[in-house]
Amino acid sequence: MRFLRLLAIVAALAAGLQPALAGRIADADLSARVAALGAGGFDEVETAITDLAATGDDRVPAILDRLGEGELMVRKADGAVFFADKAGKDYRLTDPVTGADAGPAPKATVEKIKVNNRIRRAIASAVGALTLMSPDPAVRRAAAEAVMKSADAAALPALEQAIAVETVPDIRAAMVAARATALLASDAPESDKVAAIAAIADLGSRDALGFLSGYTSADGAVGDAARKAAAAIESRLMLWDMGQNLWYGLSLGSVLLLAAIGLAITFGVMGVINMAHGEMVMLGAYATFTVQEVIRTSWPGLFDYSLLIALPVAFLTAALAGILIERSVIRWLYGRPLETLLATWGVSLILQQAVRSLYGANNREVGNPSWMSGSFSVGDIQVTWTRLWIILFALAVFLALIAVLKRTRLGLEMRAVTQNRQMAAAVGIRTPLVDALTFGLGSGIAGLAGVALSQIDNVSPNLGRGYIIDSFMVVVFGGVGNLWGTLVGALTLGVANKMLEPYAGAVLGKIILLLAIILFIQKRPRGLFALKGRAVEA
Amino acid sequence: MSQIFDRRRTTLAAVLGALLASTMAGYAADDTIKVGVLHSLSGTMAISETTLKDTVLYLIDEQNKKGGVLGKKLEAVVVDPASNWPLFAEKARELISQDKVSVVFGCWTSVSRKSVLPVFKELNSILFYPVQYEGEESERNVFYTGAAPNQQAIPAVDYLMKEEGVQRWVLAGTDYVYPRTTNKILEAYLKAKGVADDDIMINYTPFGHSDWQSIVADIKKFGSAGKKTAVVSTINGDANVPFYKELGNQGIKAEDIPVVAFSVGEEELAGIDTKPLVGHLAAWNYFQSVDSEANAAFIDGWHQFIKNDKRTTNDPMEATYIGFNAWVKAVEAAGTTDVDPVIDTLVGTTVPNLSGGYATIMPNHHITKPVLIGEIQDDGQFDIVSETAPVVGDEWSDYLEGSKDLISDWRKPLSCGNFNVATGKCGGNS
Repeated sequence: MRFLRLLAIVAALAAGLQPALAGRIADADLSARVAALGAGGFDEVETAITDLAATGDDRVPAILDRLGEGELMVRKADGAVFFADKAGKDYRLTDPVTGADAGPAPKATVEKIKVNNRIRRAIASAVGALTLMSPDPAVRRAAAEAVMKSADAAALPALEQAIAVETVPDIRAAMVAARATALLASDAPESDKVAAIAAIADLGSRDALGFLSGYTSADGAVGDAARKAAAAIESRLMLWDMGQNLWYGLSLGSVLLLAAIGLAITFGVMGVINMAHGEMVMLGAYATFTVQEVIRTSWPGLFDYSLLIALPVAFLTAALAGILIERSVIRWLYGRPLETLLATWGVSLILQQAVRSLYGANNREVGNPSWMSGSFSVGDIQVTWTRLWIILFALAVFLALIAVLKRTRLGLEMRAVTQNRQMAAAVGIRTPLVDALTFGLGSGIAGLAGVALSQIDNVSPNLGRGYIIDSFMVVVFGGVGNLWGTLVGALTLGVANKMLEPYAGAVLGKIILLLAIILFIQKRPRGLFALKGRAVEA
Repeated sequence: MSQIFDRRRTTLAAVLGALLASTMAGYAADDTIKVGVLHSLSGTMAISETTLKDTVLYLIDEQNKKGGVLGKKLEAVVVDPASNWPLFAEKARELISQDKVSVVFGCWTSVSRKSVLPVFKELNSILFYPVQYEGEESERNVFYTGAAPNQQAIPAVDYLMKEEGVQRWVLAGTDYVYPRTTNKILEAYLKAKGVADDDIMINYTPFGHSDWQSIVADIKKFGSAGKKTAVVSTINGDANVPFYKELGNQGIKAEDIPVVAFSVGEEELAGIDTKPLVGHLAAWNYFQSVDSEANAAFIDGWHQFIKNDKRTTNDPMEATYIGFNAWVKAVEAAGTTDVDPVIDTLVGTTVPNLSGGYATIMPNHHITKPVLIGEIQDDGQFDIVSETAPVVGDEWSDYLEGSKDLISDWRKPLSCGNFNVATGKCGGNS
């Protein structure tokens, strides 16, 4: 993304502003070098890029950026290279050096200059070295980072020059780091290299470690310094790794919490072994997809709010489906857990196939709104916005559910009915209605989970399958009938899973966790937080 | 469930019936050649296999427009094994003994193929299997039109070594037979190329793994050792979407750590926003973006048949296309649909593929295929950055201890699928 932004900025620069790098070479000279881009394979293109960068011409960054975008084309007739803009099915060609219009060209007469990762890296490093003196701080920062990545000794003079005039402290720091990596790659004297290693070690980041590891096997003072610095960074990063695993654990725990919290109502509070729970999650995800589709076609400007709009839609869809299932199937089966299990399993298959027939078997793309994309760092922990929002959302749903159960009349009636049905009926509560609403509430919350999960998982008819076992595990482990138990259970399982994964691997980690839960349930059949009292015994 | 099934199947049958009726005027029902289609239309594999069912129907439709085969129209018999492996065997038996089909196109997963194998052997029929697989098999009744590991994995690794200068390798896969075998072959291959043990990281995840945070972080960590690192992914099916999303979220770009995938095609990418993935790679024998006349005609016809010009085409579809045309050609050459002469004629049959070249069925019942490496573009298509000459499918890998002495040749007089050149006997290593 950063690269794209850089491209946009550089393109804007090339279009209007006067670039800072002075100096142009003769048009014919530049044209010849540009034409070299169109000749031969990746090796030749890479050489041509280096040649172009060596000119220091201020038109080069724009040309290279267009190359990176795949907008540089060769005219088959004479091998000349042009900027090509799509015009309908054909292209409109522009001379990259003079900017003169070269007229339209049918698709068959031009050929795109192919770009692969190696070429993209070469472009980034060349453009970086050329834009170090750009008037735009963002471009300079990106340029410094690109040069640092390329660790190219040829960029040293440009870096020295840029560092001398740089005034923004952190861009200057980035340039100094870039100079250090370039120095290491150059044939500078040993003492300079040791100083460069110290400068890189000061960064303390994983990237820095990556650079240093390239020199740990070197002989002499450079190798010694690199080994020492790498060891220091490693021990520092180890602590951060623990923090990172903890964060991942919380994030997984929040996903488990979201998936399980609806089940904590339908299974935990009502005692229905609801195998169709995962499908309620899936319905929520498909509701999100549908909402996004409508928004995309009718009100594209609202896309960033699509998830907020999807929340009530998903809740109502899943809740209505839940009420329908309760009224048509489950209410005939209260007190017969085995039949309920089979019936809801059947319902889950019906729902899956219904969605498959309606939406097709393929995955559906649910987009991330801009405020949920990307990540930021806290120290060395990468925090992705999606995960952060999901954790917050899971907690919000949890608190809202507690509030509904403890503070509203419906919640009171629910608890009354589930604890003592006869007594509740005797005091005038319409138990069938409460049953339906309770099941609807649990299902609706599963639908909400679907909205969140559509952001991290794929939206397919099988979405629910992946969560049903985990959900039951969380509810049983946490203690059936206890919402707080579900919270603690989900977070414990999430953290335990992520702490195990780095050592045992994903497959074995999960097995160990399942074994641990089996042993735990043997010891405490009612889970972490067992409900007490006569209601439970009955 | 069964109700919906029946309804689906009835509608399908009705549509098919109408389709056939419109093209079949003047032919009596037993004047057709029946073609079995054994792909899951429900359950977890429906996501991939439904498309192949449609592809066979499309190819049959096209062939009938050209006048059918041996003067008879083709008639598809579609069954739904519902992603249920034992059901695959039952449905195969039903197709061969009740419906009397002349050939079957079907299966996706290896376990489904293994499940139907005994049936095809016992009842002596022909199966065309259109999906890339782990190799280590060659049966008389099966023709493998998908890639063997040497037609996908090894050229991909070669490309990364040469073009990207990769020295450190993450082999990440879903925990089942195809990734495990492919990774075993790759590991042996990499070590033969001088890659140290420390520079190979192997990681397996369960089916449908959805929380990739720590694994992607591990990959990042593994990649920061001063050497160019790449990920070779045999991650299967649905797990790919969250994996790629996590890569994008954690800011791993293709320029830093490229991922080359063997199970990610145009269909899988349809569920993801590919902008953060530009530059990651896939190795296949066909991409929709292949620039050839045959491909343009195939895509046009497919869009017309399926009545949706947004539908993508993919590698297993090309494999189905090659298998179908090879069978048609062999039947016409043999002048009969009888199984034994057709099997003998199929070996050596050459038909055009969709990438502008030809595919030949080899004596080991695998085919020749060029290997294409494509980079993911922001429109969900692949930009082809490398194409090899046609490679012969190597069913018994040279890089595995147990199979390096084995060859397969179904021509007479050898007629053996696992001939051991060390012992000079047919029958594998025993």
